[in-house]
Amino acid sequence: MDVEKYIASGILELYVSGALSPKENEEVQGYARQYPEIQKEIEAIEATILDLTKKASPGMPPTSFESIASKIKKDDSPIIELDSKPKSGWVTYLGWTASIILAIGLVWTYLQNNELKSDIEVTNKTMEQLKDSLSNIKLEITNKETILEELRNKDVSVVLLQGQQVSPASYAKVFWNASNEVVTIDAQGLPSPPEGYDYQVWSLTLNPLTPTSIGLLSDFDSNEDKLFTLENTNESQAFGITLEPEGGSETPTLEQLYTLGTVGP
Amino acid sequence: MNLDALIENFQKKDVSAFEKLYNMYGENICGVINVILKDSERSKEICQDVFIKVWNNSSSYDASKGRFFTWILNIARNTAIDELRSKSNKEQKRNLSIDSFVGILEETEEMGNQVDVIGLKKMLKGLKELCREIISLLYFKGYTQKEAAEELGIPLGTVKTRNRNCISQIRKNNAL
Repeated sequence: MDVEKYIASGILELYVSGALSPKENEEVQGYARQYPEIQKEIEAIEATILDLTKKASPGMPPTSFESIASKIKKDDSPIIELDSKPKSGWVTYLGWTASIILAIGLVWTYLQNNELKSDIEVTNKTMEQLKDSLSNIKLEITNKETILEELRNKDVSVVLLQGQQVSPASYAKVFWNASNEVVTIDAQGLPSPPEGYDYQVWSLTLNPLTPTSIGLLSDFDSNEDKLFTLENTNESQAFGITLEPEGGSETPTLEQLYTLGTVGP
Repeated sequence: MNLDALIENFQKKDVSAFEKLYNMYGENICGVINVILKDSERSKEICQDVFIKVWNNSSSYDASKGRFFTWILNIARNTAIDELRSKSNKEQKRNLSIDSFVGILEETEEMGNQVDVIGLKKMLKGLKELCREIISLLYFKGYTQKEAAEELGIPLGTVKTRNRNCISQIRKNNAL
């Protein structure tokens, strides 16, 4: 190969500038290894460019490398530390393992805690519900005790009202306390009144036959015990229950007399 | 220690080898950046960034693909050109001239600028405009031979021979 001609072609200047393709670069390097003149020429060209660029330098403070070194060391410090202590590998593993176990433990505790919190919440709600139903039950018991006490009162007379023509199977009981003027009607033996109708309770005197309304068995269906308390100020000789249009009537509709009973002597 | 061994140590993340390389090429790289940016303060900052990049990318240098200086020259001009593009249009217009030396030879009276204008002028003495343009494109703007030919509107082969003549002229000026 004509080395002189190769140098004169200008390819080496392009090689230094980085303007050649990778393939051309390889070729130049091959020749540079082979021919010392080419290597020397490349270095001379590079020296010229170095000279040129150095003259354009804005100047560097003498400590400029220290500031670069501090940045690269800061960046690389974790790697250096690990590399310089290879013997402490098992300590590192132990440390990581402990950290992971601790982390898992913390997560587990956290989840457990959350679960317990929600358990407590559910339990509290259940407790509230139980408290509510307990107080309801207490109230119910109190009500029933009151009724029972009322019925057991020695002043109470019991009147059995028998089923009449309209409804022979019906019956009712009247517990009349004349001293406090309260009647309690046990209407368990009456069928549910049809829509738009109410049972009306009448106090009767027999000679002459005079009916006086003492009230309605209102909200018949929703009254579970079918026990109704009414006020009765009359000198009653008999009680009757009729089916009347909703709200009751002035006088009883005798065709709809369900039950009737006389007060015993 | 020869250059190859120094580079090898540098690639093994030897900071002292890196410092030696920095002392060898630092001023040149800062000069390249300054020719492109024409801002001495900014050039000093970018120059540091370039050497941090050089350190972080040390493993990507492959001696079979070219000179070490060519490799860092490439990193430096890419970084400087990116910096230039990120600046305002006004700044870019100042750098529109193909001849990168235009600004650097005129704006050296600024504070903190230690550019050796006299030395630069001496080196570039007698160089035709085309020479300064070719050198600017190839060494400071990273153009390939083909790109430079297109930019200057001259045949591909002419870029190579003209560039050779221009560099030779500088070498002659330097030897005087």
